[in-house]
Amino acid sequence: MFRFIGRRLIACAVLVVVIAGITFLLAFSGTSNVARNLLGESATPDQLAAKNAELGLDKPLLAQLGTWAQNALHGDLGISWFTNEPVSQAIANRLPVTLSMVVLAVALTALISVGLGVAAAVRGGWLDRVIQVLSVAGFALPNFWVALVLVVFFSVTLGVLPATGYVRLSESPGSWAAALVLPVASLVIGSTASAAQQVRGAVIDVLRQDFVRTLRARGISPRSVLFRHALRNAAIPALTVLSLQFIALLGGAVVIEKVFAIPGLGTLTINAALQGDVPVLMGVVVTLVVLVVIVNLVIDVVSGWVNPKVRVQ
Amino acid sequence: MTASNTVRKVFRNPLAVAALVILVVIVLASVFAPLVAPHSPTALRLDKINAGPGSGYLLGGDGAGRDIFSRLLYAGRNTLTGAVIALSVALLLGVVSGLLSGYYGGLLDGVLGWGANLLMALPTMIVLLALFQALGSSIYLAMVAFGVMLSPGFHRLVRSQVMAVKHELYVDAARVSGLSDPRIIGRHVLLVVRAPIVIQAAVVAGIAIVVQSGLEFLGLGDPATPTWGGMLQDAFTNIYTSPVAIWWPGLTIALTVAALVLLGNAIRDVIQRTERPRKPPKPPALVPATPDTSDLPLLRITNLSVGYPIGNDYREVVHGVDLDVRQGEVMGLVGESGSGKTQTAFSVLGLLPPGGTLLGSSSIVFDGRELSRLPDSERRVLRGRRIGYVPQEPMSNLDPCFRVGEQLVEPLRAVSGLSKQAAVVEALHLLERVGIPDPRRTFAAYPHEISGGMAQRVLIAGAVSGKPDLLIADEPTTALDVTVQADVLELLRGLQTEFGMAMLLVTHNFGVVADICDRVAVMQDGRIVEVDDVRPLFARPQHPYTQTLLGSTLEDSTPRTRLEVNHA
Repeated sequence: MFRFIGRRLIACAVLVVVIAGITFLLAFSGTSNVARNLLGESATPDQLAAKNAELGLDKPLLAQLGTWAQNALHGDLGISWFTNEPVSQAIANRLPVTLSMVVLAVALTALISVGLGVAAAVRGGWLDRVIQVLSVAGFALPNFWVALVLVVFFSVTLGVLPATGYVRLSESPGSWAAALVLPVASLVIGSTASAAQQVRGAVIDVLRQDFVRTLRARGISPRSVLFRHALRNAAIPALTVLSLQFIALLGGAVVIEKVFAIPGLGTLTINAALQGDVPVLMGVVVTLVVLVVIVNLVIDVVSGWVNPKVRVQ
Repeated sequence: MTASNTVRKVFRNPLAVAALVILVVIVLASVFAPLVAPHSPTALRLDKINAGPGSGYLLGGDGAGRDIFSRLLYAGRNTLTGAVIALSVALLLGVVSGLLSGYYGGLLDGVLGWGANLLMALPTMIVLLALFQALGSSIYLAMVAFGVMLSPGFHRLVRSQVMAVKHELYVDAARVSGLSDPRIIGRHVLLVVRAPIVIQAAVVAGIAIVVQSGLEFLGLGDPATPTWGGMLQDAFTNIYTSPVAIWWPGLTIALTVAALVLLGNAIRDVIQRTERPRKPPKPPALVPATPDTSDLPLLRITNLSVGYPIGNDYREVVHGVDLDVRQGEVMGLVGESGSGKTQTAFSVLGLLPPGGTLLGSSSIVFDGRELSRLPDSERRVLRGRRIGYVPQEPMSNLDPCFRVGEQLVEPLRAVSGLSKQAAVVEALHLLERVGIPDPRRTFAAYPHEISGGMAQRVLIAGAVSGKPDLLIADEPTTALDVTVQADVLELLRGLQTEFGMAMLLVTHNFGVVADICDRVAVMQDGRIVEVDDVRPLFARPQHPYTQTLLGSTLEDSTPRTRLEVNHA
């Protein structure tokens, strides 16, 4: 098990390094106008050169990457060009907001999609058809549009839930929860629809396996066959689905934050993208890739624990 | 299946036709927007700012007083162009790299596969935002980047398909006949992967539309050109004054993407021949059974017919089988694959595959009780306790997630109500009895850690753990190495004598029958053609089919013995 985790860890580290490197080279290759954007049209060539030197943009790209990587290893992701806030600090302030939204959404997705998927696999019938339809709908309805519809219905028409304004959990748990209902709902609707469909497929596949028949032939109760054996076997494909949903929901959260004016990583990223605040963007990409890699690693380890056969592959 | 055939079948699905019509209408309306649109997409009318639908503007006016309907049509051009760009890049990269990976394999495959994994770990939306300025602040360039990120889907799909066909005989033949690699790939391989690519393309186009709209909704994009995402942004800004405006671009996106997905699904259904799961027809009611109840043996099967639903009907695969198994005897059930012998065995267990149904006046009397009319909850009580089951393929019949020991202990406790400790002791004892050298180690092992022969012994231990009166063994040695087969048969024979069990042994191998059976029934095409004691049947087979089967066994038995010697 430790060798299994060790191998995965190395692979993950390489992945992070490569993605960070490529993103850096791409993002920092188009920085010729940065000084002009920061200083305005009236800046003299000398002032521009001084600004470039200050930002370190006068050095060769690879040297810039070297400096950035060295600092990043010490937790220093640079300073925003536009707000002068340290990038690490900006991210540390906003990551919990986004994560609370995404983690809640993933947990709900897991709960609902496993319930629906198992029921559809075992019962079939109308529930099965409903899930088939929902999976197409969940794919076709962009979650930010679902968010808009929810806002129109619950905030504009009914006025029962706030459309904007995030409240910290520490300030008022009630308002925090109320502020998260619509954003999380708009994320969960789409992801549940597709995840339930895949859980359904996984459970049906397992129930068709030979060992299920053999277990039944041994006189084990149908409940144990389904919940102890079939679910545990279906857990691996289901976990993979959830890890993919997590990545998708991180991206989805960016847009959702804009709709509900939530001061998370998404809002930070959008503003940085519109301004061309490259150090912030770089920091966000690296943070999220690390996050994704950690989630995948955890999923791998859990899969190996659930089904020991995975470890030897 | 030919392409025209596939197309024809897809068109038989009304949902697919509707999807295609919607797509065609949307594409045509976008392409011919200047001819169709009633207004210019940029014409402003101050009196129409956030106007409701109808008032001169079909779907109302947007936040700047422009006609929403006309803008939707013009926006379609830009959004669809973006989707086509992303799709083309993903197709080009993914298909070419997938072909190379699958066809040449080796280091190239490793490198390309690693690249695909890398791209799949990216949170795409964030990366697109991060690279937006560096890529030149153009939505089309962003869609090129998105195409790159979407390419792993095609890469994996094409690679696995190419791997599958690479070793097909016709590809080998093409290679031997001197065709160049590119021509083989183009002519033989691309033909096979065409359909899955079309399906994946429909999905990818849908994703591209959604993501592009998302970027534009965030304000990344040219504000001067109308796009569906940009229109949503405008509607969002005016959500309190004109909430109805969010519907039009949203529904257009949803309709387009849903049409793409439904079309893809319809093609997949035709190619994989997975008809929409329809409700199986109600099985015809069983006719009252009239088995001969005089002088009942342990198991009496009378007029057993098994059918499976096809369309609105049931097709019979076992036609009126009669079979007796007496207390303590080993009954062989012999026949070729598809003769219905396994169906007969599963009927006794009450574990027919989904859809399998007893028909007519089928009757299964076990120990004086009619089983065929019992609900599953009552039949379950018999399984494991009175009727045991040894499957054919040992490795697939153990749950990979549980240790061997747990898989013995759980049924033992369910069947005989033993305490956990007592069940563990009993399980270890059983493992020892079936000839496993180190019972404790096997007890603690996972199924993938033991050999096929060991796994079959474990399954036999499980089957006899409830001390059943009848053991049903379905080809118990077929999947095993020749060297292990004899040992397992000997074990079964030993257990059968020790416990005084009756055994119904399903096999296609007359060697197995000769080794272990007392009586034998020969099945052909769902019917029993001959039943007799083993010796007379081998000496004087009556039915021509039995004669043929015995003849073919004898013919190939000689060289096989010689081969075994050579291997040893």
